[in-house]
Amino acid sequence: MNGDSGHLGDAVPARDGVSDADADTHADADTHADAGADRGAGSAVLLVVRAGYGATVQDLGRPGLAALGVGRSGAADRGALRLANRLVGNPEGAAGIEMPLGGVELEFGRAATCALAGADCPAWVDGRPVGPRTPLAVPAGARLRIGTPDRGLRAYLAVRGGLDVPAVLGSRATDTLAGLGPQRLTAGQLLPVGTAATGWPAAEHAPRRDRPGPVVLHVVPGPRDDWFTPAALRTLCGEPYTVTADSDRVGMRLDGPVLERARGGELPSEGMVGGALQVPPSGRPILFLADHPVTGGYPVIAVVRRTDLDAAAQARPGDVLRFRLG
Amino acid sequence: MTARVATGVATADGTGAVRVLRCGSDAVLVEAEDAEQAQRLHAALRDAPPAGTGELVPAARTVLVRYDPSATDWQRLRAAVTALPLHEAPPASAAETVLVPVRYDGPDLAEVARLTGLTERQVVERHTAGHYRVAFCGFAPGFAYLTGLDPRLRVPRRAEPRTRVPAGAVAVADEYTGVYPRTSPGGWQLLGTTDLPLWDASADPPTRLGPGTAVRFVEAGPGGEA
Repeated sequence: MNGDSGHLGDAVPARDGVSDADADTHADADTHADAGADRGAGSAVLLVVRAGYGATVQDLGRPGLAALGVGRSGAADRGALRLANRLVGNPEGAAGIEMPLGGVELEFGRAATCALAGADCPAWVDGRPVGPRTPLAVPAGARLRIGTPDRGLRAYLAVRGGLDVPAVLGSRATDTLAGLGPQRLTAGQLLPVGTAATGWPAAEHAPRRDRPGPVVLHVVPGPRDDWFTPAALRTLCGEPYTVTADSDRVGMRLDGPVLERARGGELPSEGMVGGALQVPPSGRPILFLADHPVTGGYPVIAVVRRTDLDAAAQARPGDVLRFRLG
Repeated sequence: MTARVATGVATADGTGAVRVLRCGSDAVLVEAEDAEQAQRLHAALRDAPPAGTGELVPAARTVLVRYDPSATDWQRLRAAVTALPLHEAPPASAAETVLVPVRYDGPDLAEVARLTGLTERQVVERHTAGHYRVAFCGFAPGFAYLTGLDPRLRVPRRAEPRTRVPAGAVAVADEYTGVYPRTSPGGWQLLGTTDLPLWDASADPPTRLGPGTAVRFVEAGPGGEA
């Protein structure tokens, strides 16, 4: 669609046989006692009791394939997934669960160590409250329930050993736009746990990085700021923009003052990056996140710095964003 | 800070200039004069990547160049890219050409004939006569934009995109032709169908139509044989 669709979800291709194959694999793990034998001793299985609001399996994605039309995808808040993995002794890129607004409940087939990071969700193991950003010992048969965060959007759960769902093009990430990787979590699904753990972290708890007030995102102007009036960039960096409900892993549609174009028409398709503020004909920008299209045809007025992208991914509908040059 | 960096450095063969535009904190967008120069620029960057650069994303008139900000910066990249000698367009050897057998039974064949003022037979003849090259991929995994389309076959996209285009649909839109690698929504005009598998997520690479690949379409019989 190259960004010419009216809604973020319009460009989502239908899922193909790859995803169906994944579903079959999960079913096999359920019905055949020996299905996990090839995965060795790490084949503990998590049962999804409640799937939340679009929870997905994510790792650090599929870098290096954009020239073939495959975006990077992976955790929208990469720092949070990395932290959760470090807290359970996993490699930073092990697959975990990304949970927008929490709401997930899991039953553990055997004892496991896990950790939550990202948006602070209330959480309970068999009804006992547990905290975020610290390793949690979950006994065999116990249920981990993750509530809804008061602020922030995406929580991450890492399980020691990593989730061992089948990799597609070298990654276990769900790319919701391209339809690659595992399907979204569904109730009743079984998630195998692998053997990715490499050791134990030096710290048992990671402090919270609190950011009071509006979310401030630093931007680099361009590449197509010359397609807009000189006032447009000042408006973008001077006025508040509100995250709308039309937001997902592809991007966030923002509400705020219109960014006026100095010239009409569409660009020939060009490469897009995470953090790009693409401006469709409405004049209100879309901030691209992890599953953004590889190429697009609407001009990008500015790009959020890589170091602020994790914070952008934690903005939820209704939150106010402030953009700053620099 | 200047938002946009316009450079007027002539390329080695004097055919034109490229512009290097910042694209966030770890990428630049290099804009060529036209599609052909963009393809040569991509080839040159692929064969001689400037220090600190990573992934390249070719597109219609541009190449996105990601870089490691701890290893280089956009000013150094601008200098390196504008000094890069561009290749001559590489000749497509027959051995590298992917032949795509097509049954020209697409639902938009009649509409393309009407829009172009050609007969359906003439549309097929012109489409199979073309020598195509993958300019870039986008829209969906493995979806290759092929340049080299006969100008008489240039038609706009459908006013209403289809919600479901089957895998293997062979289509045209604007200056491009292509094959839908997987079932997906799509707005291109469908000329026909191929049974040639072009996308396999378990293969390396997953597509046979990476940037630079030469492609020809050949008319297949009803059974699919070329």
